[in-house]
Amino acid sequence: MEGDIAQMGQFIGAGLAAIGSGAAAIGVGHVAGNFLAGALRNPSAAGDQTATLFIGIAFAEALGIFSFLVALLLMFAV
Amino acid sequence: MANKAEDGGLAIHPMDQFIVKPLFGDGPVLWYTITNVTLWMALAVAAMVLMMVVGTRGRAIIPSRAQSVGELAYGFVHKMVEDVTGKDGLAYFPYIMTLFLFIVMANFLGLIPMSFTTTSHIAVTAVLGFGVFLAVTVLGFVKNGASFLSLFWVSSAPLLLRPVLAVIELISYFVRPVSHSIRLAGNIMAGHAVLKVFAGFAAVTWVAPVAILGMVGIYALEVLVSFIQAYVFTILTCVYLRDALHPHH
Repeated sequence: MEGDIAQMGQFIGAGLAAIGSGAAAIGVGHVAGNFLAGALRNPSAAGDQTATLFIGIAFAEALGIFSFLVALLLMFAV
Repeated sequence: MANKAEDGGLAIHPMDQFIVKPLFGDGPVLWYTITNVTLWMALAVAAMVLMMVVGTRGRAIIPSRAQSVGELAYGFVHKMVEDVTGKDGLAYFPYIMTLFLFIVMANFLGLIPMSFTTTSHIAVTAVLGFGVFLAVTVLGFVKNGASFLSLFWVSSAPLLLRPVLAVIELISYFVRPVSHSIRLAGNIMAGHAVLKVFAGFAAVTWVAPVAILGMVGIYALEVLVSFIQAYVFTILTCVYLRDALHPHH
């Protein structure tokens, strides 16, 4: 019984941690969407900024990956 | 260990593909044991050598197909280092080129069915990430001396805010190697786990067509992710290098 409750806690915690992935998705979408909005206004300047785009996406995504890691740790390491 | 394949309901466990096994026999995995990770890392290095050394051996004016691919990769990374780091960063171009090629080859080799993805292991990517972190920190102090610390002292901010910003900058500096390595490993691991989950669904008769179509789509996405994550790893290395060479805001 106690083990079951601990396991339930693990699964609920992993599910809650997965919410962070959704938040990271919002962040990445925000970066990419704003880049596209800017790129359509001034397409000639867009090519030089793709590196900045990917850096921004990487930083936004890193925190989502952290929450994914927490979920994995709860599922397999705890 | 809560989740076994039997009570998961799937025919295969999605995380089984990441198990490190000895290549010969069933002994314990020690630091010198030749494992499947060793094999696939060696294959990644062999692929690099094949592309950049053997492929460009002809040095033809009109390049062969292999040589054009090598030249394309070289030019791509060279332009990235020059754009992000500046002219003085080109001295470190060989290191960055090696990093990029190794990650891209390891990612693509991992996409071959039944192969092993070395970059899905944090142990592998952490060596790459912390290697970059150490190299960049040492380089920053060697090139700038104590004035490298001005990276943390944002002189454009109001004086009152600067200590607070220094703490934040310091934390973000030390989180860099962690996020740098976990981003690569996490992305690759998550993608391959999703592929295996869909493969597990394909064993159930009535969802099999949908699952197989989904796998094709996700596989295509994974090819894209493999390249983009190698690109992101490399470009962040360039950004960190730029901070080390020019720490002043």
